[in-house]
Amino acid sequence: MSHLTPPVTADDHAAGPADAPVTLVEYGDYECPYCGEAYPVLKAVQRVMGDRLRFVFRNFPLTDMHPHAGHAAKFAEAAAVVGTFWEAHDLLYENQAALDDDSLVSYGARIGLSQSAVLDAFDGRFDGRIRRDVAGGLRSGVNGTPSLFINGLRYDGERDVESLVAVLRAAALQGQAVR
Amino acid sequence: MTTASQTAPAGLLRPGTVAPDFTLSATPDQSLALADLRGKPVILAFYPADWSPVCGDQMALYNQVLGEFQAYGAQLVGLSTDGVWCHAAFAEARHLHFPLLADFEPKGGVARAYGVYREREGTSERALFVIDADGTIAWSYLSPVGINPGADGILAALDALVGRPQ
Repeated sequence: MSHLTPPVTADDHAAGPADAPVTLVEYGDYECPYCGEAYPVLKAVQRVMGDRLRFVFRNFPLTDMHPHAGHAAKFAEAAAVVGTFWEAHDLLYENQAALDDDSLVSYGARIGLSQSAVLDAFDGRFDGRIRRDVAGGLRSGVNGTPSLFINGLRYDGERDVESLVAVLRAAALQGQAVR
Repeated sequence: MTTASQTAPAGLLRPGTVAPDFTLSATPDQSLALADLRGKPVILAFYPADWSPVCGDQMALYNQVLGEFQAYGAQLVGLSTDGVWCHAAFAEARHLHFPLLADFEPKGGVARAYGVYREREGTSERALFVIDADGTIAWSYLSPVGINPGADGILAALDALVGRPQ
């Protein structure tokens, strides 16, 4: 149990080198407050790890609990098409209190997304992909958000910068050893 | 905190055992019997208490992915020792679309029958059972009480039981 089933592929939203010794996958919800808390932590972790880390984000919107999470995920997928996925991801987490449709359209204007592109996304253009992310997460043992996987194994430990960096460094050494 | 029940899961009913029947209140004026669900797979999710304070709440997760369970024709049922009014408030607050049963009187009676009662705490364990269409336990799992077990084990058990939906 708790092993990442869909492996990371070129279709994933990834930051960092594809051949980095350690890959951290987050299953996240843009409206989840715990993901919001994790956001600056994961940014700091990425800065510390540099090129030794590949960070991947997959959708896991809990839309029954978070009314804006579905549209926020669609918005970020639309941004991926024009090459600004991470800008969208960051904007969403930095503006978690304002994720209504009008706000999303206005954020789009800042990152190269036309209003019609955002509305197409709301209408379901990327629903299949988001559903696949969720289904893959469930099969992998995602049990809430955020769920983190380090080199394919679910990480249930502390989520502060120091703890994460220590675990990622250890995983990076192991990852290099098996190469 | 470690308790005997956590470290000794021997009591957990195992696959191949006939699932003990029960009738419990689902709402203040409705009850549900396990026998009513015969003919399709049933997922029993015992959990310690309503109102777990995190987004990773197990019942909220299952609610979100109910469609995945329904694709197998399976019925999900949540059980805890909370009373019906507590369940009603919890289900309303979380918009839950599956029954929560009150294992309240005699307290934890069904949890005991399934080997997942925690005497000291007066709650059930966090435990999962997948029961086949004929009422036999096909899979069971005891989770550490503080860890939401997610849905992967349930889905794998349903795969084995009825095959993966295309």
